[in-house]
Amino acid sequence: MAYNEKVLEHYENPRNVGSFDKEESDVGTGMVGAPACGDVMKLQIKVGKDGVIEDARFKTYGCGSAIASSSLVTEWVKGKTLDEAMAIKNTQIAEELALPPVKIHCSILAEDAIKAAIADYKAKSDKAGATASREEETAEAAVCAPRAVTA
Amino acid sequence: MKFPIYLDYAATTPVDPRVAEKMIPYLTEHFGNPASRSHAFGWAAEEAVENARREVAALFNCDAKEIVWTSGATESINLALKGAAHFYQAKGKHLITVRTEHKATLDTMRELERQGFEVTYLDVDSEGMVDLEALKAALRPDTVLVSVMYVNNEIGVIQDIPAIGEWCRERGIVFHVDAVQAVGKLAIDLATLKIDLMSVSSHKAYGPKGVGALFVRRKPRIRLEAQTHGGGHERGMRSGTLPTHQIVGMGEAFRLARLEMAEETSRLARLRDRLLKGLREIEEVYINGSLEHRVCNNLNMSFNFVEGESLMMAIRDIAVSSGSACTSASLEPSYVLQALGRSDELAHSSIRFSVGRFTTGEEIDYTVTLIKQKVHKLRELSPLWEMYCDKVDFNQVQWATH
Repeated sequence: MAYNEKVLEHYENPRNVGSFDKEESDVGTGMVGAPACGDVMKLQIKVGKDGVIEDARFKTYGCGSAIASSSLVTEWVKGKTLDEAMAIKNTQIAEELALPPVKIHCSILAEDAIKAAIADYKAKSDKAGATASREEETAEAAVCAPRAVTA
Repeated sequence: MKFPIYLDYAATTPVDPRVAEKMIPYLTEHFGNPASRSHAFGWAAEEAVENARREVAALFNCDAKEIVWTSGATESINLALKGAAHFYQAKGKHLITVRTEHKATLDTMRELERQGFEVTYLDVDSEGMVDLEALKAALRPDTVLVSVMYVNNEIGVIQDIPAIGEWCRERGIVFHVDAVQAVGKLAIDLATLKIDLMSVSSHKAYGPKGVGALFVRRKPRIRLEAQTHGGGHERGMRSGTLPTHQIVGMGEAFRLARLEMAEETSRLARLRDRLLKGLREIEEVYINGSLEHRVCNNLNMSFNFVEGESLMMAIRDIAVSSGSACTSASLEPSYVLQALGRSDELAHSSIRFSVGRFTTGEEIDYTVTLIKQKVHKLRELSPLWEMYCDKVDFNQVQWATH
């Protein structure tokens, strides 16, 4: 398979690789995907007091398109408010990287990762006020069901 | 060094220049139809075809009359399985094969199932080996055919063909062997092996693509129902004008294989072992398939916590195959590695290296260095590697659906 130039560029020079301490109160962590499916994305955001995403980090296990998609969204979310970041659509990611139909699931995963990171951050800040006991979130069983794959 | 480095000889091989040279006159000068009996053009072509047939027979120590030309191993396998199943169906309609066979066998078996045959697919152990006891257990009174590959195309595992052959012969069951990956790497003596039908192709052994052969034993005689009808070529078993130049190429390639096999296989084993030694220095790598019962030129390895396609992308300077079919867009891990009980994660991160006639030690050393460096880089990117380093118990992690 020939790789798109933009995918290759992000793959060769991934932006914002690394990790924040996920216990920090201003950090939101989203981990999506499953190893059995061949993709796991961890996206972290650091949110300022004004509700603007100051910084982002990622680590991705997956194909070149998955790495490029997550690298790209770490760039995109920086400087955005949580609401603006929530509005990022997988189609924008797919378009920017010219992903072929079989790789659309990588952009969906990247969108899911942003949403998961924001949800984690919000859950943390909600809890910071209340002293409610922490409910364990039960994740669904890992099933490889790449959505919107047409080819 | 020339880039990219070719380490995918199990997929196909270049035509040996000595082979190409022999082929060319049969495209331009001796272009006759080998079936033309009335003039010198036909006679020259026929002589070339029969010489090549003798060369193929010589490599396997069988009679030239037992070699049927085909367009390649896929056709050979189709003719062997469908031809024998159809011919012997009055005796029974049960066939046995193995889960890790090539698609040419598995898909043909599926078709025979649609035609009303019943097929048992034998499991393999974690090393990829067929258990003779499992074969014995699968036997039914109506079993007419067993098909097992000599050398697996993905993991290079060598099955115990002599023992399976003896067992089938004692029971009068037709035994077909897909020997595509064994040609030029294992000594195959059909005078002693109890193989009834054997499929081979030319392009995995430095001959041209588009030609192969099926060995059909004469003593005891194995009968086939033809699958291609036309001029009655190849004693009615496979009609169609013979591609003289391709056949000449295959004959020469198999002649060279016979003459050079001993020396070549030990050289290939040294190169493969050099690769293995280098790559084994990387942490968390797994070898897929038995190392003990393995063809000399194959290495199949999984790099834990690194996704296969991204690794392939990182090592674009090297031409290898991934055990994950992601690259062919189906997102399915290799069914061969799954049959070994490998987790999907490890199956996804597997790479098949196959060395060949033109591989050099320098290329192997370059490959080892590159892979070490790229695996390190991708692990730095991998959340799974981070979890592994933090000693997270992966069995306790619940992964979200996607």
